[in-house]
Amino acid sequence: MANEWPLWEIFIRGQHGLNHRHVGSLHAPDAEMAINNARDVYTRRKEGVSIWVARSTEITASTPSDKGPMFDPAEDKIYRHPTFYNIPDEVGNM
Amino acid sequence: MYAQNVSTGTQGVRDADELSPEEAAFQARIDGNIKIEPKDWMPAAYRKTLIRQIGQHAHSEIVGQLPEGNWVTRAPTLERKAILLAKVQDEAGHGLYLYCAAETLGISRDELMNKLHSGEMKYSSIFNYPTLTWADMGAVGWLVDGAAIMNQVPLQRTSFGPYARAMVRICKEESFHQRQGYSIMMSMVSGTPAQKEMAQDALNRFWYPALMMFGPSDKDSVHSDQSMAWKIKMNTNDELRQRFVNETVPQAHYLGLTIPDDDLVWNEETGNYDFSQPDWEEFKAVLKGNGPCNRERLGARIKAWEGGEWFRDGLAAYAEKAAKRRVAA
Repeated sequence: MANEWPLWEIFIRGQHGLNHRHVGSLHAPDAEMAINNARDVYTRRKEGVSIWVARSTEITASTPSDKGPMFDPAEDKIYRHPTFYNIPDEVGNM
Repeated sequence: MYAQNVSTGTQGVRDADELSPEEAAFQARIDGNIKIEPKDWMPAAYRKTLIRQIGQHAHSEIVGQLPEGNWVTRAPTLERKAILLAKVQDEAGHGLYLYCAAETLGISRDELMNKLHSGEMKYSSIFNYPTLTWADMGAVGWLVDGAAIMNQVPLQRTSFGPYARAMVRICKEESFHQRQGYSIMMSMVSGTPAQKEMAQDALNRFWYPALMMFGPSDKDSVHSDQSMAWKIKMNTNDELRQRFVNETVPQAHYLGLTIPDDDLVWNEETGNYDFSQPDWEEFKAVLKGNGPCNRERLGARIKAWEGGEWFRDGLAAYAEKAAKRRVAA
């Protein structure tokens, strides 16, 4: 059928103070129905306090083959971590 | 097992030196327990097999609503009715998680539906058996969901990311299904002699079909080796069936019910129960479409799909119109 409902990505905030997290996807004719369906599909056991929905086609993703050039440069920059620096004990907690 | 006899379209597992560099790198990732994600390269046969397996699994969840839906309006108490309704709703949810996982492999939802309705894709043989009494709701939850859990727990570690994640979610919810079934059985066996009889009758009818859920015996399961190398199957059919029997027999004893198998005996040496195999000819007949309820189940699915078309189209038309109105405003 040509009329297949579009796919939506579903994000749920599990508890107050936490980020919305991607939990899965579903089909729905529009955003309002996507939220209604997401409530039934993803929060039957109080898994959330808030729902975001976004059209899957609106999401741009990095390609898996770019993983090296994208993320490897961070590998040798260990000075970005606090443990790189030795602070004498006498200084106390820092 | 909700996926039975899934064909890999391959002839056994090939040796490492027969693999192309891409295939070898792919297999190395799987051997190293690195998940395969939808956009990663994968062999065409892996993709095809997974679509078949996840699709069959999803179809089983959806068709599996029918034998239980049959009893929602006839549940003996309001509490049991609410519980059964919640369970049937969970099955719909499980189907949706799995359809989405299958769709990441490049098949559309409508294609999956059409293949179910045309009979090209299968669902588990178990749902082609009728649910004749309320005790069957107990037996289905206890045995059918129990058998499904046996299969689904190891699949949480399967190699394909979206499938594994769907399994994690499903397993979290599945335990309630088995326990509510066992709870129905406990009520039945502590009731009148007639009620206890109903419980025994339900066990008699569902025992062998439940054993069939794990698929044919290992020696007849031609696609197992490749599926296990790909980690889309984590245990052999016979392993899981044995584990299920070992766990279920004491549960039946607790209920004071008898497993309908005269040859069932504890084997001290192997640490397992010895048990009779189900009738594999019956299994083949059910898969071919000749079980007691095949036509009824598929008929109900097609009726729901075709009868709901005007509603799906209506919602889509409304969404389109509302979007145009927003642009104009």
